Amino acid sequence: MSAHESISAAIRAANARGEPALVAYLTAGFPSRERFLEDLRQVAEGADVVEIGVPFSDPMADGVTIQRSSRVALSQGVSLGWILGELERMTPRPKAPLLLMSYLNPLLAFGAERLAAAAGRAGVAGFIVPDLPFDEGEPMREVFAPPGLALVRMVTPVTQPERLRRICADSQGFVYAVTMTGTTGKSVAVPKEVTQYLDAVRAMSPVPVCAGFGIRGREQLERLRGHVDGVVIGSALVELLEQGADPTAWLHSLRTAAR
Amino acid sequence: MSSSTENAEALAGLIAGRFPDARGRFGPFGGRYVPETLIPALDRLEEGVREHLHAPSFQQELGAELSSWVGRPTALTFAGRLSARWGAKVWLKREDLAHTGAHKINNALGQALLARRLGARRIVAETGAGQHGVASAAACARLGLPCTVYMGAVDMERQAPNVGRMRLLGATVIPVTGGDATLRAAIDEALRDWVSDPLETYYLLGSAVGPHPYPYLVRELQAIIGREARAQIREKTGELPDAVIACVGGGSNSIGMFHAFVPDGGVEIIGVEAGGKGAALGDNAATISYGRPGVLHGTYSLLLQDAHGQVQETQSVSAGLDYSGVGPEHAFLAHIGRVRYESAGDQEALDAVRALCESEGILPALESAHALAGAKRWAERHPGGTVVVCLSGRGDKDMPTLQQTLLKGDQ
Repeated sequence: MSAHESISAAIRAANARGEPALVAYLTAGFPSRERFLEDLRQVAEGADVVEIGVPFSDPMADGVTIQRSSRVALSQGVSLGWILGELERMTPRPKAPLLLMSYLNPLLAFGAERLAAAAGRAGVAGFIVPDLPFDEGEPMREVFAPPGLALVRMVTPVTQPERLRRICADSQGFVYAVTMTGTTGKSVAVPKEVTQYLDAVRAMSPVPVCAGFGIRGREQLERLRGHVDGVVIGSALVELLEQGADPTAWLHSLRTAAR
Repeated sequence: MSSSTENAEALAGLIAGRFPDARGRFGPFGGRYVPETLIPALDRLEEGVREHLHAPSFQQELGAELSSWVGRPTALTFAGRLSARWGAKVWLKREDLAHTGAHKINNALGQALLARRLGARRIVAETGAGQHGVASAAACARLGLPCTVYMGAVDMERQAPNVGRMRLLGATVIPVTGGDATLRAAIDEALRDWVSDPLETYYLLGSAVGPHPYPYLVRELQAIIGREARAQIREKTGELPDAVIACVGGGSNSIGMFHAFVPDGGVEIIGVEAGGKGAALGDNAATISYGRPGVLHGTYSLLLQDAHGQVQETQSVSAGLDYSGVGPEHAFLAHIGRVRYESAGDQEALDAVRALCESEGILPALESAHALAGAKRWAERHPGGTVVVCLSGRGDKDMPTLQQTLLKGDQ
């Protein structure tokens, strides 16, 4: 099974248990650099897929929480190279597939081909790049495809139908369906239009569909049940880690709510 | 580096209007690196630009406003005493005389008119020195559109007079404390606002940066500077100048000044960046001189960044040049060697402010003073030559900074 297939498989396995998959996000090195691998282990324990955020100086798609976590991580010297090194030395590796979520520039600075090789050694299954839209993605895709790394694509409620179809056909691992127009972290209401949009994405996507942006707890999970294959929990989990709470227990409690 | 044949071909392509290409690129630079949410908004904008920008009815409306409200054409002034002092014939393209005091109004008015045609319900803008914010606020007031301006908290302090002007003109000014609290953070925040309402909000970007089609749109709206200057200098001297000089932050006044002169092979074109305190990373805003390729604010261009791809804070006495990136067309013009980019430090710019005040009775913006500093150097190398400098704005807004620098110790 290739790296990108391991992501879809993990999501489908959760679905087979009658649950939406939990895709959990943490910013690498936040709240503390020293605790990164331990935080990752605990998050991975409660999640089906883990997104590791690579901090960037200009996180334009993110709200206040991830802006703050990115700033703190950068001030502690966290870099893409450091993250890959930490993952490489992590034993045992988590069962949940790991994705890196990064803005494009840190990836370009690292070098795409060097990155594909390093990602393989670090056990990274793929990438989500919020400022790399479909039309600009080809060079990255060409580098990631041979080693089987996923490039997870995003769609939004304002994406036009024809473009939606092309993005879904191209996305690997899953399709990241952004729930709203806006930045990460604000609570989303999940009105009927959102569930209809998610149904439409799901109807045309050959890979699982995970909803993200603004999903903070049980209430939204209940509204989304039956309309998605998985949910991405980002800012709410970052805030929980910031408070020093137990991420595994919290993710488990969400899981029971979603069942 | 590319070969001279490739450069000549690229230049011929640029002159023939083949850039930006269908993918919004100037050679390797440009493109659209934005969250998926903004793609439909950029598509609509691109379509709107194609439909309206060069349509006779739009050009007529814009032309009438530029003439009766902005006060165009702006003068081309011969700086006689400064020429005697520096040893070359210095001409000034007087964008400082445009309404609201800088070239920014050319773009703000044009985009506000376009936004109205596209049915926008509100305008958001970012501002560094405050000039684009003031221009946007004025244009929106003129057209009856609500306007929100994001401005770095650091810039709000050093450009306090402009904050008051924006508020008087009816704009809501929102301080940005994140990031470096200057122009870069203000653009981040304006983009976040736009992402939240991409269908009804129009993002009025103030420089020749950002995702396609902004670099093209801003160039087209600012190109009037160079078109006027080229006609004026030929009328006054009977020939083209030896050199054209403008300051480069994001690069809107400079691309506007340069565009008409790019095909004139005999005219040397020079862009002057902010050299700040020195050459070290973080001590200047001289992106082309010291930057490497990368992606910021939706475009692939040159960028001041560290080895890990983190965008660096910049340093310049001039808020309007204090930006870590630069427009993709400038990166291209540097790449193919048509424009030479150099930098002038804080002190050189301040000296140029004093020289222009004393010699010509004109207080230039600190941004424009960088172009003047470049002209002084050029004059030393080309005694008796003719140079046109884009005086992009007036310096009244810089009084708080000038009080603490040139005027320090007075009274």
